[in-house]
Amino acid sequence: MALTRDQIAQRVAQELRDGYYVNLGIGIPTLVANFVPEGIEVMLQSENGLLGMGPFPTEQEIDADLINAGKQTVTMATGASTFDSAESFAMIRGGHVDLTVLGAFEVDVHGNIASYMIPGKLIKGMGGAMDLVAGADNIIVTMTHASKHGQSKLLADCTLPLTGKGCIKLVLTDLAFIEIKQGKFHLLERAPGVSVEEIVELTAGELVVPDSVPEMQF
Amino acid sequence: MSGFDKVVDSYEQAMAGLEDNMTVIAGGFGLCGIPENLIAEIKRKQTKGLTVVSNNCGVDGFGLGVLLPNRQIKKIVASYVGENAEFERQMMAGELEVELTPQGTLAEKMRAGGAGIPAFYTATGVGTPVAEGKDERQFNGRDYILEESITGDFAIVKAWKADRYGNLIFRQTARNFNPLAATAGKITVVEVEEIVEPGELNPDEIHTPGIYVNRLIQGTFEKRIEQRTIRPTPADLAAGE
Repeated sequence: MALTRDQIAQRVAQELRDGYYVNLGIGIPTLVANFVPEGIEVMLQSENGLLGMGPFPTEQEIDADLINAGKQTVTMATGASTFDSAESFAMIRGGHVDLTVLGAFEVDVHGNIASYMIPGKLIKGMGGAMDLVAGADNIIVTMTHASKHGQSKLLADCTLPLTGKGCIKLVLTDLAFIEIKQGKFHLLERAPGVSVEEIVELTAGELVVPDSVPEMQF
Repeated sequence: MSGFDKVVDSYEQAMAGLEDNMTVIAGGFGLCGIPENLIAEIKRKQTKGLTVVSNNCGVDGFGLGVLLPNRQIKKIVASYVGENAEFERQMMAGELEVELTPQGTLAEKMRAGGAGIPAFYTATGVGTPVAEGKDERQFNGRDYILEESITGDFAIVKAWKADRYGNLIFRQTARNFNPLAATAGKITVVEVEEIVEPGELNPDEIHTPGIYVNRLIQGTFEKRIEQRTIRPTPADLAAGE
């Protein structure tokens, strides 16, 4: 079975380590915050100027001056700090954030990512995504493996305008956990009940499959 | 106004001298920390042909979005513009020029502009449409592009508190681009929720020193929320069961 959005987030959360500063993108990445493993402390960075993001506020706690990068009202965790946008991106571009999780339309075997623009269709802008992918060493891309029409999103070469070049090493889809190195995709894990053949079928770029591919553990 | 006293009496005075075809740098992220009354004054003045530099362009009917229906904005430099139907219409029709700029690059362009640095190298945007036409150079084996800084004829800023000398304190995530915008305007205009006397603010807690501020005004703010997201309290949950 393909993973649900929550299960993708849950698998990503297994990559969190105690003491990590983490930036979570909009969509599935945001859900990772709900699955932080027991006994681990992480601090969430929101690129609009908040380190130490807390949960959504209650009706009584709502404050128009306190939002996340998705423009949602949030709260601050204990030990939070606020700062301006240049400071925020100094953290990001200076490589101080330990893990970045973000979504994408396409990735390819060269580690390129396209996530912000579909020409003629969707022109909303890159927000902070270009800074995040260029600044971070440790990035996990979360996405569905293929489109609704069965078109692979893991390609030999991205077809859409790039968000970043050669910067993606790990991709977690609803079917598989994949590493990108030496110009190829490498299959690390498969979703429970998903066959290697299914994954191979839906991966357009070259995929290296080891003799044994473990199922993800939850 | 005398000495270092930056306080003006009216929004008309605050935006005096803004003319057609000028560049305006605006603070704010989404609708958070936007100089909403200064924007409203630009709408009232009907200044046209503006180049606006801001992370976003408001929504239909609020924030910078109010400058769209009368076509007051000629060009916008922004990182994300997805919340505004009239914006999208003008952009698709070619009536509005849009320069999409990565958010960190935009912040740094303002910071550098205000600090007298004409350009800087960054890895952000290498190999993407953002890099087109820009100088590329390697440092320590990595590719970087040269980005030029930005200054404005005017900067419009929203802060929380100020003293009459224009020393500013921002609140929570309403800070965002505001301190950067404040440094990058030839004329920097700031609106705040409260103005106190010089000496009342702790110098160690001032975010933006008054040297960057030319005009200061106290306003009242709607502070519209773009995405009102809440979690239920235990009492709500009990009531729902």
